[in-house]
Amino acid sequence: MPTDLPPGPPADEPAGLPTLVLVGHGMVGQRFLEELAERGVTATHRVVVLCEEPRPAYDRVQLTSYFSGRTPDELSVTDPGFLARHRIELRVGDPAERVDRAARTVTARSGFTVAYDTLVLATGSAPFVPPVPGRDATGCFVYRTVEDVLAIEEYATRHATAGAVVGGGLLGLEAAGALQGLGLATRIVEFAPRLMPAQVDEGGGAALLRTLTGRGLTVHTGVGTQEVLRDGAGAVTGMRLSDGSEVATDMVVFSAGVRPRDQLARDCGLAVGERGGVTVDELCRTSDPAVYAIGECAQACDGRVYGLVAPGYEMARTAAEAIASGTGRAFTGADMSTKLKLLGVDVASFGDAHGAAEGCLDVVYSDSRSGTYKKLVVGAGGELLGGVLVGDAEAYGTLRALTGQVPPVPAEQLVLPAGAGEARALGPEALPGDAVVCTCHNVTKAAIQACASLPEVKKCTKAGTGCGSCVKLVGQLLPASGDAGLCGCFPHTRAELYEIVRVRRVTSFAELLDTHGRQEARGGEGCETCKPAVGSIIASLAPAIGADGYVLDGEQAALQDTNDHFLANLQKNGSYSVVPRVPGGEITPEKLIVIGEVARDFGLYTKITGGQRIDLFGARVEQLPLIWARLVAAGFESGHAYGKALRTVKSCVGWTWCRYGVQDSVRMAIDLELRYRGLRAPHKLKSAVSGCARECAEARSKDFGVIATSGGWNLYVGGNGGATPRHGDLLAQDLDDAGLVRLIDRFLMFYIRTADRLERTSTWLERIEGGVDHVREVVVDDSLGLCAELEALMAEHVTHYRDEWAATLDDPERLARFVSFVNAPGAPDPMVSFVPEREQIKPDLPLLTLGPRRTADLEGTPAS
Amino acid sequence: MTTSTVTKPSPAAPAPVTAGASVQLRLDGRWLTMCAASLLTPGRGVAVLLPDGRRQAALFLDRAGRLYAVDNRDPFSGAAVLSRGLLGSARGRVFVASPLLKQRFDLVTGQCLDDDEVRVGVYEVRLAA
Ligand code: SRM
Ligand SMILES: Cc1cc2nc3c(=O)[nH]c(=O)nc-3n(C[C@H](O)[C@H](O)[C@H](O)COP(=O)(O)OP(=O)(O)OC[C@H]3O[C@@H](n4cnc5c(N)ncnc54)[C@H](O)[C@@H]3O)c2cc1C
Ligand code: SF4
Ligand code: FES
Repeated sequence: MPTDLPPGPPADEPAGLPTLVLVGHGMVGQRFLEELAERGVTATHRVVVLCEEPRPAYDRVQLTSYFSGRTPDELSVTDPGFLARHRIELRVGDPAERVDRAARTVTARSGFTVAYDTLVLATGSAPFVPPVPGRDATGCFVYRTVEDVLAIEEYATRHATAGAVVGGGLLGLEAAGALQGLGLATRIVEFAPRLMPAQVDEGGGAALLRTLTGRGLTVHTGVGTQEVLRDGAGAVTGMRLSDGSEVATDMVVFSAGVRPRDQLARDCGLAVGERGGVTVDELCRTSDPAVYAIGECAQACDGRVYGLVAPGYEMARTAAEAIASGTGRAFTGADMSTKLKLLGVDVASFGDAHGAAEGCLDVVYSDSRSGTYKKLVVGAGGELLGGVLVGDAEAYGTLRALTGQVPPVPAEQLVLPAGAGEARALGPEALPGDAVVCTCHNVTKAAIQACASLPEVKKCTKAGTGCGSCVKLVGQLLPASGDAGLCGCFPHTRAELYEIVRVRRVTSFAELLDTHGRQEARGGEGCETCKPAVGSIIASLAPAIGADGYVLDGEQAALQDTNDHFLANLQKNGSYSVVPRVPGGEITPEKLIVIGEVARDFGLYTKITGGQRIDLFGARVEQLPLIWARLVAAGFESGHAYGKALRTVKSCVGWTWCRYGVQDSVRMAIDLELRYRGLRAPHKLKSAVSGCARECAEARSKDFGVIATSGGWNLYVGGNGGATPRHGDLLAQDLDDAGLVRLIDRFLMFYIRTADRLERTSTWLERIEGGVDHVREVVVDDSLGLCAELEALMAEHVTHYRDEWAATLDDPERLARFVSFVNAPGAPDPMVSFVPEREQIKPDLPLLTLGPRRTADLEGTPAS
Repeated sequence: MTTSTVTKPSPAAPAPVTAGASVQLRLDGRWLTMCAASLLTPGRGVAVLLPDGRRQAALFLDRAGRLYAVDNRDPFSGAAVLSRGLLGSARGRVFVASPLLKQRFDLVTGQCLDDDEVRVGVYEVRLAA
C-alpha cells in the first residue's frame, strides 16, 4: 500500500511522495477529496485531479436551480481555499484519455502524463441518447452539466416557443420544469406506461400525471420517440412518435436515463459489469487493487449502479478509508430513497417502494381530486419496508427514518391526511436515536440532537446540505428556540401582531399592549423595540383598519423612533440630515439648483448617496420645517430616508440612451418609486430597475429588483447589499408592466404581513419555510387565496399616500414639535456645532473626547 | 450651588393634565416653571433650556400621567438628545432609550440600565396648576 511509505510533512518537491490521481471532479470526486483530507492522506500524498468540465465540482443535484437564478458560481461545491490548503493539483478542462496500468500512468488530453500509486475513477455517467434518426439535429440537447443548461437557455430564448423532453423519469421532469420555466409550451414523451417508472408505482404515476397535466404540460406515456424531424437547415421542427403521430417542437431534450462512463476502465482492461459500470468490491476496489472506482461510474458489489448522490458519498468515504488505512466501512449497497419537488409536486419514494419483499402488503391512500397518492409497503411482521408519496410528502422524513421498524401506530393511520378520520401524524419523537435522518450524509437523529441549532447541525454533521429534503425533519428535532416573542412586552412575533391588528382592527398601541401584551407588561409603557414595530404595523394597515395614516398623529407620535418623529435622520451630534426623494434617480437641472441653493443657504454638508440621491446634513431641528418649505415648494417630497419604508428605486439609463437597453428602465423605476413611496414595512425596502442583463442598476442586490428582457421584465426578490449580501431570486419572468406591478404589490404586502421586525426580505426569504418557492406559490399561483386581499391593501396604500412633509407644513400644531426647546422655541441647541472640512462642514464634538460620565464623577456633582 | 441631584426625587403623583397646568422643575431649591403640560405627549419627551442658557433637561410624561426629568445630554455620545428617545418600562421601572445608540436610562434614578458605571443626572419635577 502506498501508505506504507513514511508519512511526513508535505515536501515542496512532490516527487518524493506517493501519488494519488483522481479522474473526474464531480460531486463524488470532490467529496472523496474532502474525505481524504480529513484522514490526512493529502498531507502524505501528492494528489492530482483531472477534471473534464471547464469548472471545478458543482452541485449537479441543484442544476435546475440555475433557472431560478442561481449562478454557476453559486452552484460550486468546491471551496478554492480547500484545494490550496491541501495542495491538491486540480487540472480543470483536461480529461484523462489513457490509463497504462502496467506503467501506472495516466495521460490527459493535453498530453500531461502522471505516474500514480493509487488511481481513483469518479467519472460519473453520461446521458443516454436513444439512437433515433435526427438525434444530432440543431436544437437537440442533454441535461447533465452547467454547459448543457447554458446551451438550453440560449437556444430556448432565441429560437424556441415549444420544447419536448424525451424521458419522464426524475431528470426528464426536472428538464421539463426548466423548459416550462423558460416559457416554452412543453411536452414529455415517456416510453414506460407511467411517469417516473423507477421511483413510483402505477398509482403514484397516475396521480403525478393528473397534476402535471393540470399545470399545462402535455404528457405522452407508453410511446417512444422514433425520429426527430428537421428542416432544411438541420434544425428541429418536431418528433415522430412510435404510435405514428407527429408533434411539433422547436427543441428536444434527451433525458432517457444515464450510462456509467466506464470507457477509460474498459480501455485499460478493468472488469466492467454486464450493463456497464466499473466492477468494484465492498471497499470500492476494481479488479486492479491499485485502482478504485466510486460514484455513478461504479457497479457496487451488490451488482447495482447507483444513480444518486448519497450512495456516491458513501462510496467516497469507503474508498478514502481504504486508502488511508487499508480497511474501511464496506459499501454493500444503499438506500435509493428520494424526495423531489418536481414542477411544484412533491414526489418521494423510499425503501422497498415496489414491494419486492416476500409476503409484504400495501397500504394505499389515493385522492385524485387533490392529486395525492400514498402507499406504504409493510412486511409480514408489520415492519415498514418502504413507500411512495405523491402530492403530499410531509411525512417522508419520519417514514424514511422508520424504515425497517414496526411503526408505533397502524400503517393505515400514517397515510390518511391530517383531519380525516383517525389520522395521526407521527411525530419525530417516535424515531429511535439511531434512525438515519439525513441519508445524503448518513446522519442519525442522535447526532442531530447533539446540536443546538440548524446552522450548527449543518456545520458539524453536514446534514441538510445535500439534497435538503431532511431539513424540515432536522428542524423538528432541534429544541424550539424558546420564546419567540417580539420583546419583553409581547409574547407574539411581529407577524402574529400584524394579524391581531388586522383582524381586530386595533388602532392603538396601548390597547394592543393591554389586551395582548405579556401579563407583566400590561398597563406599562412598552419598550423601544415594540413601540416602533407596532407603530409600523399600524401605519402599514392604516387605511384598512381605519387608523390615521399620518405617522405623527396622536399616540402614533410616541411610537416612532426619533427619525420618524422628526421626519429626518438623527446624526451623531444631534443634528439631522435631509433626503428629498429623487424618483428613479432622475432629476432636472432646476431641481438640482434648488437643492444646491437650500444647502448653501442653510450651510448644510452635501453628499451624493449610494442610493442615487442627495443627502443634506447638519440641519437643526428648528431648521427642518424651513428647509422643507423650500423643498416642497420646488416639488420635492420626503425621501423616507428615516423610515422603515421604501427608500429608493435606482435605475440605469436604459434603452432611451443606452445602446444595449431593451426597455425603459428609468420610467419603470419612477413608476415603482411613486407607487410604493411611503409604504411602511418591517425593514427598509430598496429596489432598482436595469435596462438589460448588464445590470448597471444592481437590481439583484435589492429587496425587489427588476431587469428588462426583450419580452418584458424579470422580477428578482430577496436581494440585499449591506452586511450579508445576497443576490435576489428570480420570482417570475417576462412580465408585462401591469403583471410586474401586480406581482410586486402582492410580494410586498405578503412580506409586510409575515416578516419579523427588522427582517429584510433576504433574511425573511431564507427563514420562511419553503423559501422563494413558497412565496411564488402564494403570490403567483395564489395558493392561499390571498392575492386579491394583498392587492386591495396595496391599492389602499396607493390611494391614501400623502407626502408627510407637505402634511406637516400644513399643520401649525405638528410644526410646533420642531423646536430644540419647548420653553425657548427660537433658541438653537448650543450643543450642535460644526467645524470646517474640505470647504464644507462637519460636526464638532469636543464632548465626545471626554467619554461618558462615570457614576463616580457624578457623586456630589450637581446635575443642574 | 445647585440642588437637584442624584438623590432620588420621587416621581410626581399622577395628576390629570389640565388645560392650564404647567411643569415645574426644582433648581437651586426653587421651583421654576418650564412649560405648559399640554406640550408633553405621553410616552415621548421634550427638551427645555435651563436659565443659564447652556444646560438642558429632558422632560417626560408616562401613560399613567407621571412626570420625569433627567439631564438631556446622552453621556455616550455627548449630544443633547435624550429627550428624543422612546420611553419604555421593564419590571415597573420607566426608562428612556437614547435615540443614538439605544442605551436605556432609568428615569427615576438616572442609572444606565446597560452599563452600571454610567448615570445621568435627574431633577425633581412636578405639575403645578
Ligand atoms: C446616506 C447613505 C450613505 C451615503 O452617503 O451614500 C446611507 C446612510 C445610512 N445607512 Fe445605509 N446609506 C446609504 C446607502 C446604503 C446602501 C446602498 C444602496 O442603497 O444602494 C446600502 C446597501 C444596500 C442594502 O441596503 O441592501 C446600505 C446599507 C445599510 C445598512 C445594512 C442593511 C443590511 O440589510 O445589512 C444599514 C443598517 C440597517 O438598516 O439596519 C444602513 C443604515 C444607514 C443609516 C441609516 C445608519 C444610521 O442609522 O444612522 C445611515 C444614515 C443616513 C442618514 O443619516 O441620512 N445602511 N446603505 C446612503 C443613503 C442612500 C439613500 O439615498 O437613501
Ligand atoms: C439535473 C439532475 C438532477 C439530479 N437530482 C438528483 C437528486 O435529486 N438526488 C440525487 O441523489 N441525485 C440526483 N442527480 C444525480 C447526481 O447528480 C449524481 O448521482 C451525482 O452527480 C454523481 O456524482 P459523480 O461524481 O459520480 O458523477 P458526476 O457528478 O457526473 O461527476 C463526474 C465528473 O467526471 C468527469 N469526467 C468523466 N470522464 C472523465 C475523464 N476521462 N477525465 C476527467 N474527468 C472526467 C465528468 O465531466 C464529471 O464532471 C441529479 C442529476 C442531474 C443531472
Ligand atoms: S443595464 Fe443595460 S441598459 Fe442599463 S445602462 Fe447598463 S448596459 Fe445600458
Ligand atoms: S437527506 Fe439530503 S441533505 Fe439530508
